[in-house]
Amino acid sequence: MKKIFALLLAAVMVFALAACGNETTEPTEAEVATDATEAATPVMTHAEYMAAPMESEVTVETFVQGHQSWWDNKITVYCQSEDGAYLLYELACSEEDAEKLVPGTKIRVNGYKSEWSGEIEIVDGTFEFVNDGETFIAEALDVTELLGSEELINHQNEFVSFKGMSVESISYKNDEPGDDIYLTLGYNGASYEFCVEVYLTGVESEVYTTVGTLKAGDKVDVEGFLYWYEGVNPHITAITVAQ
Amino acid sequence: MKKLVSLFMIIAMLLTLCACHGKVDTMGLSQGSVFEVPEEFDTSKNYEITFWAKNDTNLTQVDIYKTAIADFESLYPNIKVNLRLYTDYGKIYNDVITNIATDTTPNVCITYPDHIATYLTGEDTVVALDNLIADEFYGLGGSKLLFDSPKEGEIVPKFLEECKINSHTYALPYMRSTEACYVNKTFVEKMGYTLPEKLTWDFVWEVSEAATKKDAGGNYVVNSQKVMIPFIYKSTDNMMIQMLKQKGAGYSDQSGKIELFNPATEEILTTIAAHSETGAFNTFKRAGYPANFLNAGQCIFAVDSTAGATWMGTDAPLVDISEDKLVDFEIEVMPIPQYDTENPVMISQGPSLCVFNKEDKGEVLASWLFMQFMLTNKVQIAYAETEGYAPVTIKAQQSEEYKNYLSRSGEDNSVYYPVKIDATKLLLDNTDNTFVTAVFNGSASLRDAAGQLIESVNKSVKRGDSIDKEYINALYDEVKSLYRLDDIKSKREEGSMGALPVASKLLLAVIALCWVCMGAYVALEKIQKRKFKEKC
Repeated sequence: MKKIFALLLAAVMVFALAACGNETTEPTEAEVATDATEAATPVMTHAEYMAAPMESEVTVETFVQGHQSWWDNKITVYCQSEDGAYLLYELACSEEDAEKLVPGTKIRVNGYKSEWSGEIEIVDGTFEFVNDGETFIAEALDVTELLGSEELINHQNEFVSFKGMSVESISYKNDEPGDDIYLTLGYNGASYEFCVEVYLTGVESEVYTTVGTLKAGDKVDVEGFLYWYEGVNPHITAITVAQ
Repeated sequence: MKKLVSLFMIIAMLLTLCACHGKVDTMGLSQGSVFEVPEEFDTSKNYEITFWAKNDTNLTQVDIYKTAIADFESLYPNIKVNLRLYTDYGKIYNDVITNIATDTTPNVCITYPDHIATYLTGEDTVVALDNLIADEFYGLGGSKLLFDSPKEGEIVPKFLEECKINSHTYALPYMRSTEACYVNKTFVEKMGYTLPEKLTWDFVWEVSEAATKKDAGGNYVVNSQKVMIPFIYKSTDNMMIQMLKQKGAGYSDQSGKIELFNPATEEILTTIAAHSETGAFNTFKRAGYPANFLNAGQCIFAVDSTAGATWMGTDAPLVDISEDKLVDFEIEVMPIPQYDTENPVMISQGPSLCVFNKEDKGEVLASWLFMQFMLTNKVQIAYAETEGYAPVTIKAQQSEEYKNYLSRSGEDNSVYYPVKIDATKLLLDNTDNTFVTAVFNGSASLRDAAGQLIESVNKSVKRGDSIDKEYINALYDEVKSLYRLDDIKSKREEGSMGALPVASKLLLAVIALCWVCMGAYVALEKIQKRKFKEKC
């Protein structure tokens, strides 16, 4: 009898020790941002989207052209369709889905139209993949001659190019490689601000390393997304230095 | 003998249970061991330390860090300091948390006490500085230092106190700022108002509403433009925290009890909603930088850090908008609006420095030496002059060099930019009116939650939702869930060791049952023996 009690007690103590360990709970699927949200409003054309009032709910179908790095179940995506482009700011997205957001992928996005420092974007958005076989990758539209004109903003967020630009200055956000690069380019006597957004290109990319070697007076052609921050401020993705 | 064995087993079992949880205090923080200072700093050994620093997208600040490192390395050639720069406190915070997991934290890091509270949930992550500060050789003002370090009493006591968590000092203040209201005085007077000596919320709301008036062409009367956001607040977490403090309402107590969701909060949110609906109010997150709107004549009251003063005003040395958008106006730098102008209160903020624990005590000491060096006059004064910061040492504040700097306001629009110096003076004059919120495991989340309440209300109003009791209650639930505030509450309420798992509770019950059975068995045995003796 005594032996049975002793054995029982020993077992209980061992179980107690095991049970005292910290409980860890992995995030469940439900805690991760959903990637499949039914459109709450009808799908809009780009013109309808542009005509919609600020802070109104919008739904668009569009094609991924590029994106910034995924973080904390959010991702900022550059999208374009045949009729216009969109910036999806901090779209709810799981890490798994982020890997599928390759250029050309068609998605349906539901969110709210918003403006931040001149940039028109979709915020608080969710999305789902549209698997209808359709795909689209935009060709860079040359908008060099639109610089300084009021027409340029009509191409906001589109994949564009600027040719024959003159380098005026470059500066790293933190004064050294590793963060964004601010690039001032001149054309027809006026100066324009461009940015190599490190979350879009990474520091190992060709555009990042090439821009870092530029000198004032260099002639360059650039491609990128026509982002807006208190005026035109393209996020560039490619650069060619004239020989 | 049996009794002794039983007693021993009871004690052993209780100790077993106690030992199951880490050494955690009532705020949910691990109590790292206090650092034992080596007797001598080994100058024959080479150390390489990393310093994660934050700048305000201000390259002069970057230069000051680099110069400070070069000066320090020339004094201590055996210590190499590698600088990693950030422009965002949140990114440093995230990176530190990631690196705690891999045991690759930096040596010295710019931080906020709220963030340290999270770091302290790890085991021995951040060094408690008490012994280092007090050490007669290498402590503050220590005799073996190769530079003129401030003594403990030469750090502004209020700022040093802000770095204490649960009676230990885990950081040294590096710079301090508060918030200021940058006012377009020209527009205020154009609308027929006179700026009071001290701003009140009522005044700011009234003028802001008046500024929403449009003409027949759809332009705002006050600026003749299509855009006007009369009142823009940069940091909505600060806004909520300060409004609650001014009202004497709850936010949290020192032990981490959450008091944010109270009637005063609801009243504040309802007021903000009303002004958001008319377009009189907006936030940085939904509109953009207050400075850009202010400088373009599209804002009248811009609340931002005093450390953002160099971006404010027509002649600001740092500008993000094109020259053709800049408008000429007279700017006034004022303390944030108050409910009670006789007893003004405002937040104390700004970077502090902490040291992360390493196996090599010499490495920790090298890090501490560098950290102290950042409090020397040359570094303090140079960095404070880059923005509306105040040096954290009395020694620097009272130096002739610094007094000379303050006295030369307006001599130019760079070093002596008057808006920047006015912002600094605002803090120096109001240091006694500043406050910080309690620090505990989860205080960083609570701060985010406070700001989120305002952001959500502002967003919802602009999307046409009505802000009523039902909305506010739903918002409270959503924000509590989003920032896991109930977890903080339950940890605190269920004691210092946290809640026992259900399995442990069941096992405790089983143990108790075992002891009852044992007792019954012993009693039964005694009865049987007694009966046996009686029979004999």
